[in-house]
Amino acid sequence: MFAFIIRRIIQSIIVMLVISLIGFSIQHSIGDPVRDLVGERVTPAEREEIRDQLGLNDPFYIQYFRFLKSACKGDLGLSFFYKKPALEVIISKAPATLELVLVTSFILIIVSIPTGIYCAIFPKRLFSRFAMAFSTIGVAIPVFLTAIALIYLFAVELNWLPSYGRGETINIGGWWESGLLTWDGIMHLILPSVSLASIMLPLFIRLIRAEMMEVLETEYIQFAWAKGLRRQRVWFIHAFKNTLLPVITVYGVQLGIMFAFTILTETVFQWQGMGFMFLEAVERSDTSLLVAYLVVVGVIFVAVNTVVDIIYGTVNPMVRIAGTK
Amino acid sequence: MKKYLFVFLALVMVFGLCGMAQAKTLKLALDAGPVSQDPQVQLSGGMLQFSHWAFDPLVRYAQDMSFEPRLAVKWERLDPLTMRFHLRKGVKFHSGNPFTAKDVKFTFDRFYKSKDFKGLFTPFESCTVVDDYTVDIKTKKPYALLINMATYIFPLDSKFYTGTDETGQPKDAVVKVGPSFALKNESGTGPFKVTSWEQGAKYVLERFPDYWDKKSPGNVDKIILTPIKENATRVAALLSGDVDFITPVPPHDFQRIRKDPKTKMVTFSGGRIITVQLNQKRRPEFKDVNVRQAIVHAINNKGIVKKIMKGTATAAGQQGPKGYKGYNQALTPRYDLKKAKALMKKAGLEKGFECTMIAPNNRYVNDEKIAEAVVGMLAKINIKVNLNTMPKAQYWDEFDKQVADIQLIGWHSDTEDSGNFSEFLTMTPNKETGYGQFNSGNYSNPKIDELTIAAQSETDLKKRNAMLQEIEQILYDDAAFVPFHWQNHSYAGKNNVGIKHIVNTMNFPYLGDLVIK
Repeated sequence: MFAFIIRRIIQSIIVMLVISLIGFSIQHSIGDPVRDLVGERVTPAEREEIRDQLGLNDPFYIQYFRFLKSACKGDLGLSFFYKKPALEVIISKAPATLELVLVTSFILIIVSIPTGIYCAIFPKRLFSRFAMAFSTIGVAIPVFLTAIALIYLFAVELNWLPSYGRGETINIGGWWESGLLTWDGIMHLILPSVSLASIMLPLFIRLIRAEMMEVLETEYIQFAWAKGLRRQRVWFIHAFKNTLLPVITVYGVQLGIMFAFTILTETVFQWQGMGFMFLEAVERSDTSLLVAYLVVVGVIFVAVNTVVDIIYGTVNPMVRIAGTK
Repeated sequence: MKKYLFVFLALVMVFGLCGMAQAKTLKLALDAGPVSQDPQVQLSGGMLQFSHWAFDPLVRYAQDMSFEPRLAVKWERLDPLTMRFHLRKGVKFHSGNPFTAKDVKFTFDRFYKSKDFKGLFTPFESCTVVDDYTVDIKTKKPYALLINMATYIFPLDSKFYTGTDETGQPKDAVVKVGPSFALKNESGTGPFKVTSWEQGAKYVLERFPDYWDKKSPGNVDKIILTPIKENATRVAALLSGDVDFITPVPPHDFQRIRKDPKTKMVTFSGGRIITVQLNQKRRPEFKDVNVRQAIVHAINNKGIVKKIMKGTATAAGQQGPKGYKGYNQALTPRYDLKKAKALMKKAGLEKGFECTMIAPNNRYVNDEKIAEAVVGMLAKINIKVNLNTMPKAQYWDEFDKQVADIQLIGWHSDTEDSGNFSEFLTMTPNKETGYGQFNSGNYSNPKIDELTIAAQSETDLKKRNAMLQEIEQILYDDAAFVPFHWQNHSYAGKNNVGIKHIVNTMNFPYLGDLVIK
C-alpha cells in the first residue's frame, strides 16, 4: 500500500513537470500579457521595459528554471492580472468549483443510480423508455445552451430561481466560501449543477443500465435466484455491487471532464470558480496563472485517479491481489 | 400613557420607513469590474467610469459635449502657455481631509509616474500652486486641448496618499504589476466611497454623506456592482429582476428588452469609429487611389448598421463623429456598387485580385460579423478576401506585425477631439515620435502630417476647426482608410432608473446624478 502511494506521488510529479513544460512552451502563442495591462498610448519601448520587469524577455530555459525553483518552494508564479501569487488565486476560487462539482456529483448519484437500476430491471416499462430517450437530449444539447435555456425558463419566465452568481456565502475557516450553508446559496447552486449534470447523466444512466443488465445474466445471479434469495437482496447486494466497478472508473475519468465543462457553465452563471478564472486568464493572456492552473488540475487528476484506484481495490479484492507480486 | 407610547412608536415606524424608502440601492451589472482603485494606473474606459463615481474631475463633459465645472469653478487663460484654474471651496475628501490646490498639484505630478498617462500629458509643462484655491497649469507650446485634458485630472487626497504602507512601499506608488496601497484604497471627492471590493466578483459603493454637490439630483445611496461577462446572462439578470441597470447590451436583445413592460433601452451615440486599413506596402494594388475608392464604394455602411448593428451605430464617412470639431457635414458614407465596379475597371483590375484580412472577434461590437460582411461585399467587385479572426489577446501583436493586407481597427479619441484620430491612424508612422503608431495601412501624406501637428498648437478655435475639417476632406478624397460607423453605447434598465439623463458620448454614466424613482 505504501509503495503504491509512493509510486503515485512520483507519477504526479512527472505529470506536473510535463504539464508545466507544455504550458510554458505555448506561452508565447497565447498572447502578450503586457498588452492587456497597458493603455494604447504606451510606447513599444515602455512595453519592453515592463516585459523585462516581469522577466518575459529571458530565454525559455531560464524562465522555466526560475519557475521550477519557486515551484519547489510552493510558489507557482505571480498572476499578472490579480497581482497576487497564482496559487493563492486558484485556492481562493477552488471552493466555488468544488462545491459545484460536489452538488453535481450528488445529483448524478441520486438520479442515475435508481434510474439505471430501474431501466435495467424493467427495460420494457414506459418510464424506462422515456428515461432513455430523454437522456439523449441532455448529451445532444451543448451545456452552454442547456444553461441559458434553464436561466430563461426558471429565472426570467418563472422567476423561481436566481439568474447568476453564487448568492450569499458563508466563510468557513478563513478561506472556504461556502454556498451550501445558506438557503440563498443553495438556490444559486441548483441551476448550474443541473446544467453540468445534464451532460453526464445520460452516460451514467446508460452505463449502469448496460452493466446491470449484463450482470443480471451472469451465472452467479442465476444461482442466487435459484437459491431463492429475496429480490432486493439479489438486485442491490449482489448485482449492483458488481456493476459499480466500471462505473467508479468511468466516474473518475468523467470527473476530470466535469472540471473542463465547468469552464462553460461557470461563464454562463458568472460563477467565480476555477473554470471562469481560467477563461479570463486566457483572454487576458495571464500566462503565469494559466500555467499554475494547468499544473494544479494535473495534480487533481492524478489524485482523483489514485483515490478511484484505491476504492476499486477495496470494492474488488481481486484487483489488489492481482496487482501485487 | 400606553396610547402616547403607541403613537410615538407608530411615528417612529413611519419615519423609519420613510427613511428606508429613501435609501435607494442600484444593482448594476457591467461586463467587467474596475481593475483597481487607483485612477492613474490604467487608462481605460472602465477605470474612467469608476473615477467619476469615487473621484471628481476638474471639469467634465456634459451631454452636449460642453464643459461642466466640477472641482474647478472658473478658468482663464493668462498667456498662450498658461491657464489659471479657480478651485471649488468647501469640498471634502472621503477621508475627511479638505480639498485644496496642493491636491491638484500632487495628482498632476503623479501622472508622470504612470506609464499609461504620461504620454497623454507630454504637452504639459507644470502645475503651480498660486494659493489654496488657485492653480496655474502650463504647457510647453500653445496647446488647444488643455481643457479637454483637464477632464482627466481627478484630484487625489494628497495627505491620504502620503507615507508608506505596511510593506514599506510609498503610499503614492503607481504600480502596474504588483500590489500597492493606491490599488486597494481610495480617497477622492466623488459621490461614492468604496465600502467593499471583491475583485471580479462584487463591488459595493456607498454615498458619501459630505459630498459637495448638493445640487445633484442623484438619489442613489448604494451601488452594488456585479460584473457579468456573458451577454445573455447579463440580459437575463435584468429581465428576471436580479439587477436594475446593465451595460453593454448586445444588439440582438434590444427588441426583447423593449417589449418587456418592466424594462427599457437607452442608446447614445459614441465616438468610437470602426474602420479597416488597407496596407499599401504589402499590397501594391492598394497604392492606387482608384482601388481604395472602389473598396470604400463597395462597402454598404448603412446596410451594416441596419442588419448587423441593429441600428445601434451611425454610418460614417470620416474619422470624427458629429459634435467633434473636425466633423465635416459634406463627407457622407458613399455606397455605390456601380461606381465601385467602374473604379476597379479604371484601375485595370476588373478581374480583381486576392488578399488577406485579419479582425478581432471579441473586441468591438459584432467585429467578426462586420469582417465577414466585408468579405461578402468585396467579393462583388472581384476582390477575394481570405479572412482570419482571432481574440483580442492575440490580435494586436499580429496587427503590429502587419500580417494581413486588410486589418480592422476601432478607435476612440482620448481627447474627444478629431486631431487624435489622425495622430494615431493616418499620420506617417514614425517610431521616435510615436505618430501613426496604429497606421497599419502605411498611408503617408505630408499634408496630413503638417496639418495635424499644426492643429495641436493652434489656439484660435476657428482656424483650428478649419484645419481639422481639411484633414477629414483630404482623407476622404484620398480614401486613406475605409470607415464603417461609430458605435453607439447601449444601456438597459428597469423603468424607474433614470438612465437617459446621466449618459454621454464617452460612456461614463454619471451615477452620482442618477435618479431612481
